[in-house]
Amino acid sequence: MDTPFQIVVCAGLVPDPLQTLEPAAGPAGPVLKNEMMLPLVIDPWAAHALFEAAALAKRFPGSKVWLVSLAPRAKLQQVMMTVAQKAAFELVALDSPAGGFTESAEIAAEIAAAIERLPGIDKSRLLVFGGWESASRGTGTTLQTVGERLGIFEQFQGVDRLDMAPDGAFQVIERIEGGRHQASACSGLPAVFGWATGELPEPPNNPQIGMANMRTVMPALNRARPVKIANEGLSFARVTAPNQRRDTKIIKDMAPGQIAREIVDWIGPEQ
Amino acid sequence: MNTRLSTEVDIVCVGFGPATGGFLAELARRCTGGSRPPPFVICYERSDDIGFGVSGVVTPARAIKASFPGFDLAEIPMATPVRHEHVAYLLDPVGASRRSWAVRAADATIVRAMRWALPFQTEALQLPWTPSFLRKEGGVVLSIGQFMQWVAGQVTGSGQIQIWPSMPVASPLLDGDSVVGVRLIDQGTDRQGNPVEGFTPGMDIKAQLTVVGDGPIGTVGRQLDERFGLPEGHNRDDWAVGMKMVVELPSHCGLEAGTVLHTFGYPEPEIFGFLYVHPGGIASLGIFVPSTFDNPARTAYRYLQHWMRHPYLWRHLEGGRLRSWGAKSLLESGRRGEPHLVGDGFARIGEGSGSTNMLTGSGVDEAWATGVLLAEGVAELWEANRPFTRANLHEAYVQRRRASWVETEGRIAEKARGGFQKGFIRGLIGMGVAGLSGGRLSVRGRPAPPHRRLPTIEEYYRGRIPSSEIDRMREESLTNGIPLHESLMKRAGWPAIPLDGKLLMSHQDALLVGGKVQAPSGYADHVVFIDSAACEKCGTRICIDACSGQAIAAGPDGKVAFDREKCIHCGVCLWNCSQARPGDSERGNIEVKAGAGGLHSAEN
Repeated sequence: MDTPFQIVVCAGLVPDPLQTLEPAAGPAGPVLKNEMMLPLVIDPWAAHALFEAAALAKRFPGSKVWLVSLAPRAKLQQVMMTVAQKAAFELVALDSPAGGFTESAEIAAEIAAAIERLPGIDKSRLLVFGGWESASRGTGTTLQTVGERLGIFEQFQGVDRLDMAPDGAFQVIERIEGGRHQASACSGLPAVFGWATGELPEPPNNPQIGMANMRTVMPALNRARPVKIANEGLSFARVTAPNQRRDTKIIKDMAPGQIAREIVDWIGPEQ
Repeated sequence: MNTRLSTEVDIVCVGFGPATGGFLAELARRCTGGSRPPPFVICYERSDDIGFGVSGVVTPARAIKASFPGFDLAEIPMATPVRHEHVAYLLDPVGASRRSWAVRAADATIVRAMRWALPFQTEALQLPWTPSFLRKEGGVVLSIGQFMQWVAGQVTGSGQIQIWPSMPVASPLLDGDSVVGVRLIDQGTDRQGNPVEGFTPGMDIKAQLTVVGDGPIGTVGRQLDERFGLPEGHNRDDWAVGMKMVVELPSHCGLEAGTVLHTFGYPEPEIFGFLYVHPGGIASLGIFVPSTFDNPARTAYRYLQHWMRHPYLWRHLEGGRLRSWGAKSLLESGRRGEPHLVGDGFARIGEGSGSTNMLTGSGVDEAWATGVLLAEGVAELWEANRPFTRANLHEAYVQRRRASWVETEGRIAEKARGGFQKGFIRGLIGMGVAGLSGGRLSVRGRPAPPHRRLPTIEEYYRGRIPSSEIDRMREESLTNGIPLHESLMKRAGWPAIPLDGKLLMSHQDALLVGGKVQAPSGYADHVVFIDSAACEKCGTRICIDACSGQAIAAGPDGKVAFDREKCIHCGVCLWNCSQARPGDSERGNIEVKAGAGGLHSAEN
């Protein structure tokens, strides 16, 4: 009989996408204005990874999902109230003031170390999931570095679909340039999967899963390992928010072609 | 997954507002170290996250401070002690306000003529003192959103209390006259509530005690009211909508953190305003539009903009920037609207339990106190292993509440606003008399539901706009899909708002920029028009003009349409509908059910 899978989902917290973000200068580098007041959510890219992980674990009974997250503990506690209703997992909390202006290599090192510390971890059955991109930074480097630090070189980014066989062989479909997909087949684990949107909708809130998760979430938060991110050697040449121009109108049932034409007209000719 | 699941907990709470915050904070403290293990408590909150959809306040914070002895509330983001309080009567600088002859006479002969001798500034009379019943000395300016997030962090630390946002409660579970828990909302449905892909029936949460703290328009509280009725002589016909913004003040603004301004008199005499200054150059500001203001095309948003543009306020706000926006209903009936506080298996706390004090303009501290009082009683019953029966809850909670300051002050306030049923001046007199006499004197007034009191648009604008012109405006409104109040107010003399895209913006942009409103898919429409024929023949369609989020609009075939993606769950449509429900003359033709989504700002 095949051993169940061990799925580790790496997920950071980011401001709720609807918030207005404004960079400001802090004593130790750039910060987001009123950052502590902004409601946070689990990084939307990583959230897809979590939903896929939960679905995979369900398909292979006995599999286990860990959610490894590096974030301020109080904020993590709050976000768990929403996320923990969505999928069954065991939380591994790292307490750190992480945000969009932290050195991804340092974060990756801490997350990789936390994965190495997981009791009973077996790399031959290990899948490391995360977001292909992040809503807090556009580089998407953290997950790749986590994989490298763990010595996992089978890495796939922009994943939309993963078909696992019970023995650990898998087929994966990744997004590549030009709006195309690339299919790959591997004979075994471990592997790193940076998810794009996947194919699963956001699961409904499930109170039973929430209650069960919360029995382990609070103890995990209470023993969250404090992590100091030094941002050594990191400097920011410039930090700006993208220019925004708001032009609101509400129209129902507009044809997709018409929407596309309006957007092109609105953006204007290429400079 | 089409089977309805069920689970059991010890206590289930509905709604996570200040009342439930007080309940859980006190319960967590009292049930630790007793002879029994503490109860397992689950709290379900409708909003998408903790602290969404509530509002910034100035509060005496007596009960809140007592719950956290030694803790400085000012450590919570956006909190600061009250430093200055002012009350100002605003004159009408544009000449469009609908003032009675008596108010106009007083404006001309007392305020303007005597301006040299009075504390008159920028078209306003700033009262030389703040009446004692309005003062919040020693209190705190708070962002309730930030405060509730902090409270959630405190009470959930042990794991024995769980709070789940984004999970509306559909109904109480009844066994005869006993409440035995709650049923959560169905997920994976179409707009009509029919199952679609991913359908998950709402789970039944069975509990020994159901704590109902879902606010004045909460679905569970209202269903209990339908089932058990209100106590003799009580009614819930006195309402207001509070619409507010959180604003980044301009650099030239000299208002110090902790400054509290109260206004009345403008944009309409019945509309009260407030401005509270938080630390960091941020202010919460807004207006209350009461149900006694009988404009059948009233719009809180447009009035809010005119209020901000009043010179007394605009000198502080010009150049500011909108950060957050929202609205909520306030149950102004206060203690007169108190429901049955307990029954077998349930207890009511907070604003929905009639705790708001409309004389002092205070509700958060009172709501918190009711939660604390219930927790004291529940902890006693739990420790003694006594069941949560009506008799036991009456002894443990209701008697405590009757002996508390919430009750004493609620009784003083319960008739204070009766005069507003008869007009603005009698309302002010009644409020002053009740406040200064400790409730011994008052001006009486009996509120009525809107379908019995609201005039038609033609009646309201008689002498100002001819009926034929109103007909034409109505046609244009339908054709162009714009609310009728736009044309009516313009015709009545209200100036255009000079939109600047920063603070003065369209209503829709306020939803997006300030409220960040959204609605998850897979839920049924929570605003339902019961009898479409009644909507088709309705001449006022106040639901469209009064809707805080422009979520209700004219629909096809003379009907009205609801857009869930714009709804902020303020509940204004519930108490503004001018058509009686078929077979139930006490209620309007609109039902508001449990629903998901709404505001996405925690700065409110």
